[in-house]
Amino acid sequence: MLTNRSKSVVKKEMSLVEKLYLPAILSGMAITFKHIFKKPATVRYPEEKREMAPIYRGHHVLKRDDSGAERCTACGLCAVACPAEAITMDAAERKPGEEHLYREEKYAAKYEINMLRCIFCGLCEEACPKEAIFLTDTLVNPEVARDAFIYGKDKLVERMDHRIDVSKRQTADVAMFKHSEMDAKHNKVYKDKTKQ
Amino acid sequence: MVTYILIKLILVLFVFLLALTVAAYSTYGERKVSAWMQDRIGPDRAGPYGLLQPLADGIKMFTKEELIPSSSSKYLFILGPSLAMLTALMAGVVIPWAGPIELFGQQVSFQVSDINIGILYIFSVVSIGVYGIMIGGWASNNKYSLLGALRASSQMISYEIAMGLAIVALVMKSGTLSLAEIVAQQEGNWMNVVYQPLGFLIFLICAFAETNRAPFDLPECETELIGGYHTEYSSMKLGLFLFAEYINMFVSSAVISSLYFGGYNLPFQEYWGLTGPWLAALQFGFFFLKIVFFIFLFMWVRWTIPRFRYDQLLHLGWKILLPLAIFNIIVTGLVMWANGYLS
Repeated sequence: MLTNRSKSVVKKEMSLVEKLYLPAILSGMAITFKHIFKKPATVRYPEEKREMAPIYRGHHVLKRDDSGAERCTACGLCAVACPAEAITMDAAERKPGEEHLYREEKYAAKYEINMLRCIFCGLCEEACPKEAIFLTDTLVNPEVARDAFIYGKDKLVERMDHRIDVSKRQTADVAMFKHSEMDAKHNKVYKDKTKQ
Repeated sequence: MVTYILIKLILVLFVFLLALTVAAYSTYGERKVSAWMQDRIGPDRAGPYGLLQPLADGIKMFTKEELIPSSSSKYLFILGPSLAMLTALMAGVVIPWAGPIELFGQQVSFQVSDINIGILYIFSVVSIGVYGIMIGGWASNNKYSLLGALRASSQMISYEIAMGLAIVALVMKSGTLSLAEIVAQQEGNWMNVVYQPLGFLIFLICAFAETNRAPFDLPECETELIGGYHTEYSSMKLGLFLFAEYINMFVSSAVISSLYFGGYNLPFQEYWGLTGPWLAALQFGFFFLKIVFFIFLFMWVRWTIPRFRYDQLLHLGWKILLPLAIFNIIVTGLVMWANGYLS
């Protein structure tokens, strides 16, 4: 009785009209008949796609900068932040003459995300100090083999002829939130590491 | 004599193909209607608007693996669906599809066989239909199938009585058991449903029960009996069971239209100024429209009303429909007596 919303159930005798059952059937049939003329709530999926929410979290992308160099420096913060432990990477040092490929002197030689482990929480994106990894609104394709779900750099790195716009996920609010959160988060991660 | 047999053979083939085509497209219609009623799109992949869906379903059914459980009685297991299909198709024989015409100096009637006990024939054939379900469910050696078969047989017995009594009142009014004559009597007259509204209602409800359609689909309810009598069936044997249900639906719609809605008769057909084959073609088209409407009604009800509980089903059959049908007979008799028909 805290909310005053509880109702006592009354089980009264049905009236003759209710007992006949037919009026109820007819009104039900009128409802279903009306629905025939309503616009379908579903879409013809592969041809017609529903609009995704602007911050939908799907397939990851490893961004390149404007000149086409990979932003990722293989710092491993995304892998540490990942609650599903889906991300693994191997770091390598940039050789002279590879400046157009990698933005900084360290880069990810191998970068793999297991899409079966990934829960698409977006913490990797939040952890990334280099604005390198983002979640996009594309869906992960269905596959028949488990190995095929381990996405390497070939599938993750943004293609130059098919740049992906992630500005929706880089709003001022997000940037500010990231900035204030980032130091705290990094410190926390560091503290956790040293504790072990 | 040869032409007579030839005409009848063509007619049999036509009715057979018509029943199969209508049943095939009923499956498509069923899915489309249910989709529309649930604000969905429905099958639209096979062919334009999904019109080839029945063909795709047929190919699927034929090419699926055929399973016969090792613990089943094999012959009965195969006999079940065959019997269901056979009886479903047999019932279409006595339905008059259009008025008789003169063609090449010969009287041609669009009825495969004008049995003078046509209604009784339909009743007997339809009640044999339950044997297909019973034998299939029994032979599967599966408790769900057996339960489904038991439910089907007791449901059939309960509703056949009320259905028969509903018809008795109509037969009293018509004075004949021949379908062709009952339809012919309605020519230029009011349809029988005007004289027998209660009888029509009882007959319609019982027709739903006899064809095992929702809300009376207890023999095969997926949610309780994982398919009921056809749990163990696969491939085309399952297809035959499902197909038989749609053919039954088609035949029931045809019987309801003939008995209560004037069959092939057009409204005001004596003023249309049509004769011969043209009139027959138009009559057939109109009859077909009536049938399509009733098939739609079957689907409409199925996607509106939830299934009865089993005790509710028997309660409705024995305690409500049966007394109502007897009441209907008495009232019909009294009205006929008052109007001096019985002297």
